[in-house]
Amino acid sequence: MEQLLIDLAAVLAAASPLVIAAMGETLSERAGVINLSLDGTMLLSAMTGFAVALITGNLILGFIAAALVGALVAAVLGLFSLTLGQSQTAVGFVLALLCTDLSSFLGAPFARVPGPSVPFTPIPVLSDLPVFGPLFFRHDPVIYASLLIVPFTAFLLYGTRLGLIVRALGERPAAVYARGVDVTRWRYAMLIAGGALVGIAGAAFSLDLKQGWSYRHTFGSGWIVLAIVIFGGWRPWRVALGCYLFAALELVATRSQSALPDIPTQIVQVAPFVLMILVLALVNLAASPAAARQVMRLPAFWQRPLLAAINRLRATAPAALGQPFERP
Amino acid sequence: MLWLRQLPDRYTRMRLDRLKPLASLTRPLLALLAAFVLTTIALLSSGVAPLEAYRLILFGAFSTPVRLSDMIMLAAPLLLCSVGLSITFAGGLYNLGVEGQMIAGAIAAMVPLRLWPDWPPLLLWLLAGLSGAAGGALWALLIGGLRRYAGVSEIFAGLGMNFLASGLALYLVLGPWRRQTSASLSGTDLLPRELWLPTVDRLRLAPAAPVIALIALVIVWWALTKTRWGLEVRAVGLNPAAAARLGIVTARRMAETLAACGALAGTAGMLQVVAVHHALIPNISSGIGLLGLLVALLARADPRWLLPIAVAFAAFTVGSIQLPLTLGIDSAIAGVLQGALVLFALATRARR
Repeated sequence: MEQLLIDLAAVLAAASPLVIAAMGETLSERAGVINLSLDGTMLLSAMTGFAVALITGNLILGFIAAALVGALVAAVLGLFSLTLGQSQTAVGFVLALLCTDLSSFLGAPFARVPGPSVPFTPIPVLSDLPVFGPLFFRHDPVIYASLLIVPFTAFLLYGTRLGLIVRALGERPAAVYARGVDVTRWRYAMLIAGGALVGIAGAAFSLDLKQGWSYRHTFGSGWIVLAIVIFGGWRPWRVALGCYLFAALELVATRSQSALPDIPTQIVQVAPFVLMILVLALVNLAASPAAARQVMRLPAFWQRPLLAAINRLRATAPAALGQPFERP
Repeated sequence: MLWLRQLPDRYTRMRLDRLKPLASLTRPLLALLAAFVLTTIALLSSGVAPLEAYRLILFGAFSTPVRLSDMIMLAAPLLLCSVGLSITFAGGLYNLGVEGQMIAGAIAAMVPLRLWPDWPPLLLWLLAGLSGAAGGALWALLIGGLRRYAGVSEIFAGLGMNFLASGLALYLVLGPWRRQTSASLSGTDLLPRELWLPTVDRLRLAPAAPVIALIALVIVWWALTKTRWGLEVRAVGLNPAAAARLGIVTARRMAETLAACGALAGTAGMLQVVAVHHALIPNISSGIGLLGLLVALLARADPRWLLPIAVAFAAFTVGSIQLPLTLGIDSAIAGVLQGALVLFALATRARR
C-alpha cells in the first residue's frame, strides 16, 4: 500500500510537464489550430528556461522566459499559417525541427550543467492526510499546477463563455464570425496562450523533472503529447488520463528493469512509447465505425453495452481543425 | 477537366509573372536572405565568426574526396526519401512516417542477408533491395490502414509507426540479432565483406547508391507528370471529393502513394545497411527521413528541384560535421539553416 502510494505520486510528478503541454495543445486545437511544433518548442523553452534561471539565479524568471519562447514560436506559427495562409502542418513540422536544432546549438554551453531546480514544498496540514497527503500534497509547485490545470482547462472549455467561443472556433468558425467575433484574432490568442503553456511545460522538464538540460532530453515526448491529445479526443480529462497512463508505463518500464536486469536500458526507454502508441491505436480501432459494424453482427444481448462503450470512446476532431478560415 | 478549377488562378499568376519578370525571383531570394540572417544571429550569439562557419557549412563538404563521398552517400538516401515524399505530397498526404519506413526497410533488407550469407552477392543485393522496398511499403500501408479503418490521421499514425519501428530495430539489435560477443548498441555484427556494396577505392562512395536514387527520381518524375496514374494521384491530392466524382478510387490511390513512398524509403534503408553501416544499427535512419520531408517541402514536391536541394542539404549536414572540432560549436547549426530556409520559403509563398 505504502509503495503503491509512492508509485502513484511518482506518476503524478513524472506526468506534470506532459499534462501542462497537453492542456496547451488542447486549447489551441480546440480553437482549430494544430501546433505541431510541440516537441521542438518544449526543447527550446526547456533550454531557455534553464539558461535564464541559471544565469539570473531566479526560477520565476526562467519559467517566464520559457513561456515567452513558447508563445513566440506559437506566434510565428500563427503568422505563417493564419495570416500568410500556409499549411499549419507544414509550418508546425518545420518549426519542430528548427527549434530542436536551435536548442541543441544555442544550448550547447548549458548541457549537463548543474543548475537551480524547483524546491520540494509539501503543503502543511494537508500533507499529513492519510492517502491523499502523500499522493497529492507532497510535491512541488509545478506539480500542483499540473494537477490544477486539468479541471481549470475543463471548466474554461465547458463552463465559460470564452470556452464556448473557443470550441465554436474549432467546430464552426463561420458561426462565430457571424456573431461578430474576429476568428483570426481569437485563434491567435488561443494559439499563443497554448504555446505559453507548452513553454512552461518545457521549463517543467529542465527546472523540475530532469533538473537540468541536455541534448534532446525530452526524448520525443512532445510527439507523444500530440498523439495523446488527438487520441484523447480533445477532452481535457481524457487527455490528462492519457498523460498519466504514459507516465505510469514509463514507471513500470523502469521498475521492470531493476527486476529483470537482462533487459537493456534502451529497450526500457522506448517501450513506453511503443506501448502507448499501441494502446492509442487499439482504442481508436475499437471506437471506429468498422468496429461498430462488427458489433452489429453479435447477438443482440451484447450489442447495446458494446455500442455504448464505442460511443463513449469515440473522439471526433474539431470540424475545422487545421482548416484555414476565409471570411465569408 | 480536372484542371478547370485551377486554371484561372494559374492564368493570372502567369500574367503577373510576365509583367514583373523579377517577381518570381525576389521571393526565393528574400527567403534565402531571411534564413541566413536568422542563422547568422544564432552564430553570432555563440560567439564565432560567421564567415568562417559558413565557409565550412557551405563548402566543407567539397573540400576533400572523403567528405565529397560522404556527402554523396548522404544525398542518395535523402533523395530517395524526398522523391518518395513528393509522391505522397502530390496525393495530399503528410507522410511523417517516412523515418519508420526507412527503418522497416533496413530491417527487412537484413533478413535475406542474415539467412543466406553465402549466396552470390549480386543475388543477395537484389533480394535485399526487394525485401527492403517491400518492408518499407508494408510499414507505409499500415499507416494507410490506420487512416482508412481507424480514422487516425496519417500524421499521427506515421509518428506512432516511427516509434514502433525504432523500438523493433532496438529490440533486434539488442535481442535476437545481437553481436556474438556481447549485445551492443553499436549494432549487429558487420556483414561479411563481400556483401558490402563495392566502393570507389579507399573512399566510402558506393556508386550504386546515387545511381539508384537518380533512377528513382526519373521514374517518379515520369510517373507523376506523364501518366494517367500520376494525374489521378494529383487530382486526389487537390480535391479528393472531386476526384471521387470523376470515378477515381481515392482510398486506393492514397494507399498506392503511401506504398510507393514506403518502398523508396525502404530502399534508402537498405542502402544504409549494405552501403553505409554494413550492419543494422539502432539509429539506422539517422533523421534522414525527416530531413527528406524538409527537402520535399522546400521543393514543393517539384521533381526538378529535389536533386539540387537534396544535394545542398546533404552538403550542409556533412560540412557542419567539422564544426565542433574546428570552431567548437555544435553541428546542429546545419539543421537551423535547413529549417530556416524551409520556414521562410513557406512564408514567402503566395497565399493559396
